[in-house]
Amino acid sequence: MTWQLFSLLVQASGMTILISTISILVGLGVAILLSAARLSHLRVLHGFTALFISFFRGVPLLVQLLLLFNLLPALGISLSGFATAIIGLSLCTAAYQAENLRGGFDAVPKGLIESADMAGFSPAQTFLRIRIPIALRLTFPALVNEAILILKASSLVSVVGVIELTRMAQNLSASTFMPVEIFASAGLIYLVINQVVAAIGRYAERRLPGMGQAAR
Amino acid sequence: MTRPTPAISVVNVSKSFGQTEVLHDISLDIPAGQVSCLIGPSGSGKSTLLRCIAFLEETTSGRILIEGQPLGFSEQDSGYRARQSRAQTRAVRANIGMVFQQFNLWPHMTALGNVSAALKVVRKLPKAEAEARAMAQLTKVGLAERAHHYPSQLSGGQQQRVAIARALALEPKIMLFDEPTSALDPELTGEVLTVMRTLAAEGMTMVVVTHEIGFAASVGTQINFLDQGRLLFSGPPEEVFRKPRPQRLEQFLDTYIDRGASMLA
Repeated sequence: MTWQLFSLLVQASGMTILISTISILVGLGVAILLSAARLSHLRVLHGFTALFISFFRGVPLLVQLLLLFNLLPALGISLSGFATAIIGLSLCTAAYQAENLRGGFDAVPKGLIESADMAGFSPAQTFLRIRIPIALRLTFPALVNEAILILKASSLVSVVGVIELTRMAQNLSASTFMPVEIFASAGLIYLVINQVVAAIGRYAERRLPGMGQAAR
Repeated sequence: MTRPTPAISVVNVSKSFGQTEVLHDISLDIPAGQVSCLIGPSGSGKSTLLRCIAFLEETTSGRILIEGQPLGFSEQDSGYRARQSRAQTRAVRANIGMVFQQFNLWPHMTALGNVSAALKVVRKLPKAEAEARAMAQLTKVGLAERAHHYPSQLSGGQQQRVAIARALALEPKIMLFDEPTSALDPELTGEVLTVMRTLAAEGMTMVVVTHEIGFAASVGTQINFLDQGRLLFSGPPEEVFRKPRPQRLEQFLDTYIDRGASMLA
């Protein structure tokens, strides 16, 4: 195991971090839209969110990625492996994040909505200014948890041809015949990244008021 | 006959939760400038009545008029009640500020953020002006130096004063208080009642649901005694508290005499 091999793994972990970060953020955006749909009075939207969540939570991510990778070209849409990976991971994490957020939205005390009503906020303003910030704070530890899960799940996108940390490790082990050293190194790099994510999460919980704690 | 429009008119209001009737045919006028106190035992319906006045609860029948305008439902000639549009309800509600038992401050905003939020978001004032006005209200309730604290960093009494400042910032004509001191430690009720006394002295129309009989007797100008969903007495304190008192009121007051309302004994 040389420094040269290790630095190739570290470089590939940049792709892991990039894909995971984009997917978490896109997934959060989609999860907020799903939450809005669930809080709306339109029955159709309720049905749609239920279907969305049950599909993306119920089907293995590996199967989703392979399906997406083969389905899109069949529909005449040609996307890079990178884009396919982002879409697959984002939609999957969106389903989980929507479920996390539901707990947060349900836990926003009714009185805080009433005080917004009395202050003249419209339902949309209350959603943006009161419900979302509070629900995000309440569910922040779950979001950190989900970020760690997605970082690890991103190893699956190697099947759609994206060279990230796991794929690089597979390539290197095939060419060097040092699988133990290489996969141990890859595991170590995942561990370090996730320790950093967890530390950022703890820091944010300490610094931001109301983070990860009950609203009162 | 030129009677001024009451700030609040409650007209034949009844309210049921399922089979349980919690308000029974209540009619009450609250003229501008009055400090109207709603007193009565737990479960008498006083908080429900206040919440109906704010349209946080829907009445089952009857009307609520704020400054002469119907709130929540618009009146039809046929007597059929039609739900107002949200915009109409907001417009009428803009006359009202509300203070809650549990303060209901938004935990992710500082005191200044709580007081200025609606000025920015609803009234669309520029940030600097909204915050200047908010600061003026915080100063009024004696909390200017706590402006950048979050609710979790404030005592209960301070939180409630921020909540009062938040309501006042929107310059309402009427302030509703729903048991504003019930969630506070006894030593913290004084600071909140002092702010309320100041407001009353300035001529604010106030409706106060309270267990502070001493406050009601000394600051209230209209005392309403509710029992089992019925408005049993309504009048100035010297009339309502005058002896001999009706039996039901006497029983109720008995439990408060040793709790700081000894002047009524």
